[in-house]
Amino acid sequence: MRERIEEALKQHTADYVEIRIEETRSTGITYRGKDLEEVGTTTQLGGNVRAAVNGGWGFVSFNRVTDLRDKVSQAVSQARLVGNEKTELVDVPPVQDVVHVSMQRDPFEVSLAEKKQLMDSYVEEIWRTPKIQTSTVGYGDGYRKQYYGNSTGTYIEQERGRVFARFGVVARDNGNVQQSRAGFASSEDYSVVEGRHSDVREAAEKAVQMLDAQPPKGGEFMVILDSTLAGVFAHEAFGHLSEADHVYENDKLREIMVLGRTFGGEFLNITDSGKVSGLTGSFAYDDEGVPTGKQYLIREGELVGRLHSRETAGKMNEAPTGNARAQSYSVPPLVRMRNTAIEPGETPLEDMMAEVKDGVYCKNWYGGQTSMEMFTFSCMEAYAIRDGKLAEPLRGVNLSGNVFTTLENIVAVGNDFAWDPAGGTCGKGGQSAPVGDGSPHVLISKCLVGGQ
Amino acid sequence: MVEQLLEKARQSADVAEVLFYESTELPVSFEANRMKSINARESSGMALRIIKDGRIGLGYSTKLSEPGDLDALVESTVESAQFGAEAKFTLPSSYTTNGVTIFDPAVEALTLDDLVALGTTALDTLRSHDSEFLCDVGATKRITRVHLLNSLGGGTAYQKSVVSLAASINLTRGEDLLDVWHYSLSTRAEADPQAVAQRVIQRVEAARNNAAVSTKHMPVLFTPQGFGSTLMLPLRQAFSGKTVLEGASPLSDKLGEQVFDEKFSVYDDGTIDYAVGSSPTDDEGIPLRRTPLVENGHVRTFIYDLQTAGLAGAEPTGNGERSPNSLPAPGYHNVVVTPGDGGTIEDMIGGVDEGIVVEYTMGAGMGNLFSGDFSGNVHLGYKIENGKLAGRVKDTMVAGNSYEALKDITAIGSEPEWVGGSFYTPPILVADLSVSTREG
Repeated sequence: MRERIEEALKQHTADYVEIRIEETRSTGITYRGKDLEEVGTTTQLGGNVRAAVNGGWGFVSFNRVTDLRDKVSQAVSQARLVGNEKTELVDVPPVQDVVHVSMQRDPFEVSLAEKKQLMDSYVEEIWRTPKIQTSTVGYGDGYRKQYYGNSTGTYIEQERGRVFARFGVVARDNGNVQQSRAGFASSEDYSVVEGRHSDVREAAEKAVQMLDAQPPKGGEFMVILDSTLAGVFAHEAFGHLSEADHVYENDKLREIMVLGRTFGGEFLNITDSGKVSGLTGSFAYDDEGVPTGKQYLIREGELVGRLHSRETAGKMNEAPTGNARAQSYSVPPLVRMRNTAIEPGETPLEDMMAEVKDGVYCKNWYGGQTSMEMFTFSCMEAYAIRDGKLAEPLRGVNLSGNVFTTLENIVAVGNDFAWDPAGGTCGKGGQSAPVGDGSPHVLISKCLVGGQ
Repeated sequence: MVEQLLEKARQSADVAEVLFYESTELPVSFEANRMKSINARESSGMALRIIKDGRIGLGYSTKLSEPGDLDALVESTVESAQFGAEAKFTLPSSYTTNGVTIFDPAVEALTLDDLVALGTTALDTLRSHDSEFLCDVGATKRITRVHLLNSLGGGTAYQKSVVSLAASINLTRGEDLLDVWHYSLSTRAEADPQAVAQRVIQRVEAARNNAAVSTKHMPVLFTPQGFGSTLMLPLRQAFSGKTVLEGASPLSDKLGEQVFDEKFSVYDDGTIDYAVGSSPTDDEGIPLRRTPLVENGHVRTFIYDLQTAGLAGAEPTGNGERSPNSLPAPGYHNVVVTPGDGGTIEDMIGGVDEGIVVEYTMGAGMGNLFSGDFSGNVHLGYKIENGKLAGRVKDTMVAGNSYEALKDITAIGSEPEWVGGSFYTPPILVADLSVSTREG
């Protein structure tokens, strides 16, 4: 493959050309209720050529990996039709590397029969709990080998692995329906999905417990977020705003997101890293062949960095960060987060609780979304807090707010820290990407709770 | 190649079905007020579904050009069938290719220059309205070819053309960010760049000034897009045969009963010419039809694919939809809400003393859809004061329960609109929903 890619990259007339070929295979097992629903395997081969001419981009993707040189010509001529400025890409030293996936326990060495047996046992575990209405159990593993070369002389072969199990439980009592979920993911170890029976049982019990919960009052409250929810908050509320593709061509947003600006207290540190071992948002090189690393976004309350592709770094005159990621060979990379975290602080959870007279303790999440300045996410589990003590459970708690004011409203960062073991999937521009979110508990002085 | 794979699969299975698709897509995108990229995406793949010893196997591959690729696909599919679910259906033996028009040769004939011109016109219309707009525009044509064939002789073959045009603007004033978008999707070459841009402009003008709203219950008017992104979400889940089969649908024991306002009727209709959700058959070869979901407030039909219908002992409804790498599941074609007598959206606004209009929400689908509860951030919405729009509402959430809200609908508009090419609905006014906002 190396020769074919390097051969095709010769004699083009573009400012920049890259070729990315991928082979993937994956397995999926899903259950709905007590019954197995689907067992299937997917094999993919495909690739793309991406070219820049005078600031314009051309992109060609295909499943038939033949005539690469013609595809280069097509991408270059498309780019030429577009471009009438200057191509500004950040300089990245050329790399020649081969990255093997190092699996501790390789899911592809485990038989389909064994995987199914394990999942069967989780399904049984869920259904031991009374009042369960239905459940979904999903197992997946994937292997991706990527061949990447570009016109700066970089050539990388990179393997990536992924294994996950996800559990969703729906409990019902008359007309009242509640759900909870749990999940486990790893980039390198099948054993992360093994021995999870007590976690699965806990998720089932949680859904049943939430049947007794009441909807919250709407309005602004003091809230404590657990590490999983605070991690998704860091991702939604701040991470997306740090993606330079939103900023680099929007002069006004550049003024708002100017480096050095204060966003929160001195105890607030937010980072994005591609280097946390085992997490599904980690990788050695991004989909533009740029080495990944750890980037501080907020340090001691101050904006100190953002996430870049070759182009956004070039245009903003900032260092590359290795955040260009594509869902697959069929789409061009976008600036994406990897593993985003609020770094641990110093406040114990008990001290945070003591601060809250009338508020909400929010745990875990269903989903989150952002419109840059506004964010929203839904809690899986929530409790009222009264006079520093946990009170009744609340259901259907959705938090929402303005990014800028909510970051200012973080008044304490916990001394505990955890990555969300489920891993996350982030959607942007029609593409999804595995990401990690982590945080300690955080205390927010004012946050909008949607209620009835 | 479809017949070849089917033949190979039949040798090691009782029943086999091959779904082949091929699509070419040409997206031209404009970012930050200028053309940014031209993409050409070609993709093709084959999905194999078999029944062997009564169990379902599934495999999907896009690696099809080397000798041995087809054999490898058959082999992995047969392996998966050892562990697969028990098949509760028989595949159709009829081959259906006609019934609905979803291919427009004029779309296939669109050139790159035509797409660039579409995008440029939309961009110029936006920019000439307000030079402060930071605009993104995308113009795309896509041609999809589908060939479905099973070993009983059933299946379909068709091609579908789609043109989409999307325009969005960002207007940043201080720390006040306004994002507004509109898009059109059709199987016909009828994308109107000026109309798309004008819809964006209308919304921006309605939202240019911010209006204060207080935390309380009030009337909420959902535009077609707003209705689709909030109140409809729990219903889409509740009418799926899969949710019903599990007993997780709050409607499972309500067939024939009146659950909604009698003004409310909803159909799933895969037979509408030129609608994006139409095709001759579903992804299992069952001809599409018009299925009543709600008629005059009464629950009529749930939607099923073959396997779910088999498990539930229900009639398949031609709603077996799939992405090629997964088994069919109940999916909607075109969801159509019957218009009412509420008049134009202006008439509906005119009847409200104090309330809000919801254009788009964010996050309303993340909550507990089974119970019908929704709670979403009003991404774009306006305050209504004394029958007139009074500016944008910000930092505001709207929450409620779909079933409660649709039990007593104040008015259903008379003018339906397509949202995303496969949802057709008028605006809907609900009397009393909870609106929460940030104070001060």
